[in-house]
Amino acid sequence: MEQIKTLNKANLKESAVKGGCGECQASCQSACKTSCTVANQKCENANR
Amino acid sequence: MIHKYRLNGYRIVMDTNSGAVHLFEEAPFLMLDYLEKEDCVPELPPQDMMEALRGQFDEETLTQAYAELRELYTSGQLFSADEYEKFATMMTNAPIKSMCLNIAHDCNLRCEYCFAAKGDFGRGRMLMPLEVAKKAIDFLIEKSGPRHNLEVDFFGGEPLMNFDVVKETVAYARSIEKAHNKNFRFTITTNGLLLTDDKIDFINREMSNVVLSIDGRKEVNDRLRVRTNGSGSYDTIVPRFQKLVATRGKDKDYYARGTFTKYNLDFTEDVLHLVDLGFDQVSVEPVVSDPKLSYSIQEEDLPRVFEEYERLANTIIARKKEGRGFNFFHFMLDLNQGPCAIKRLRGCSCGNEYVAVTPEGDIFPCHQFVGEDEWKMGNVLDGSYDMERKNMFALANVYSKEQCKNCWAKFYCSGGCNANNWQYEGDIHKPHSIACALEQKRLECAVMIQAALAE
Repeated sequence: MEQIKTLNKANLKESAVKGGCGECQASCQSACKTSCTVANQKCENANR
Repeated sequence: MIHKYRLNGYRIVMDTNSGAVHLFEEAPFLMLDYLEKEDCVPELPPQDMMEALRGQFDEETLTQAYAELRELYTSGQLFSADEYEKFATMMTNAPIKSMCLNIAHDCNLRCEYCFAAKGDFGRGRMLMPLEVAKKAIDFLIEKSGPRHNLEVDFFGGEPLMNFDVVKETVAYARSIEKAHNKNFRFTITTNGLLLTDDKIDFINREMSNVVLSIDGRKEVNDRLRVRTNGSGSYDTIVPRFQKLVATRGKDKDYYARGTFTKYNLDFTEDVLHLVDLGFDQVSVEPVVSDPKLSYSIQEEDLPRVFEEYERLANTIIARKKEGRGFNFFHFMLDLNQGPCAIKRLRGCSCGNEYVAVTPEGDIFPCHQFVGEDEWKMGNVLDGSYDMERKNMFALANVYSKEQCKNCWAKFYCSGGCNANNWQYEGDIHKPHSIACALEQKRLECAVMIQAALAE
């Protein structure tokens, strides 16, 4: 592609199928304790 | 659904449902104005679009741009369908995996903006007895089902005011975790005033994350983060925090965590001040408070805050390129291997996978609800636990919140803070509008940083 550059693998749909193990940190515990950003949390699922 | 915006010379297009992020040239970017309302890229280009753009671009550019848009569309990376709603009810009956243990409803600071009523949550000053802490650990293990990783955050008030109980609680949990096939991860949030070498050693050994509360420049910190006699805390805490970070293992996390208010809308200076003090993991966040208070961020402040987030983003890009990078919590984004879609639609999971426990053993959906007695869910001493309310929280996700459902940022923000929604909008399902505006701006900046660093 010449006019569009894609920055990532766009695997969100795939992650819905393989995800949901629930072993990751609760987002509010990470650094903020007042507001939520979930997208910056680490995934703990090695099988994804 | 897509979100397209221009920032810092980049034309950025985010495809909400696939998670794809693209950088566009001008021609395909302008085409989106015509395609967005139909949420698709039809096989043949709309005639009105081609006619309108012919004056600006040659035929070859337009034909190629459309072909590329079509390719993204057919490969599910542009205007991709929303297939997640069916997962939204999966969260009921999830085990509890995370606990905020309010080990001290007392504090040696009287921070002006404290959400916890200056440390006691409006419930009277009290330290958690060890017996209650042990029962809370037992409760967490019992309710955690198959979850292996369990988190306990020692919170307050100021948890160092009850540090013996912190230590004994850690020892207790460690003594039984293997038998229950659990792995406890402890974290602590502290204002630093009572840090000693012994406490630093213990925290660096046992706590997987430590949140160090400091607002930035001395004059900023000491204006609101004051002791009971009104004096500032900066001079005492800085050397202690520096020592903690200097002796902390690289395999463990920490954040120098500040709050910005209307008084320091130039908060980039505070972030950089913290970095200059030697902290390379920084989180400085907007105060959440009654808009009537003088230090609150109000709607009229948003343009100024947005400008400041852009300044901070540009500073981060410049420093990274110079090899002097640092992490700013709310700009951290892994576009390839972030959390799964299930987590992204669950959000913080307060009241469901995450609860807070008070010194009396009372259970609340999270620390932000503590002190609001109507939200009490049970007590660890008698084992009571309101499953009906748990299920209500389990169903609070991006699809139960009308404004979130239709928001491009839903899989990044995941529905906002339920407690703030309730406190400022009167409903956990109604996102707090100022928080939304700030979150969207931070995300735009975070993605722009990724674009700049990908060059």
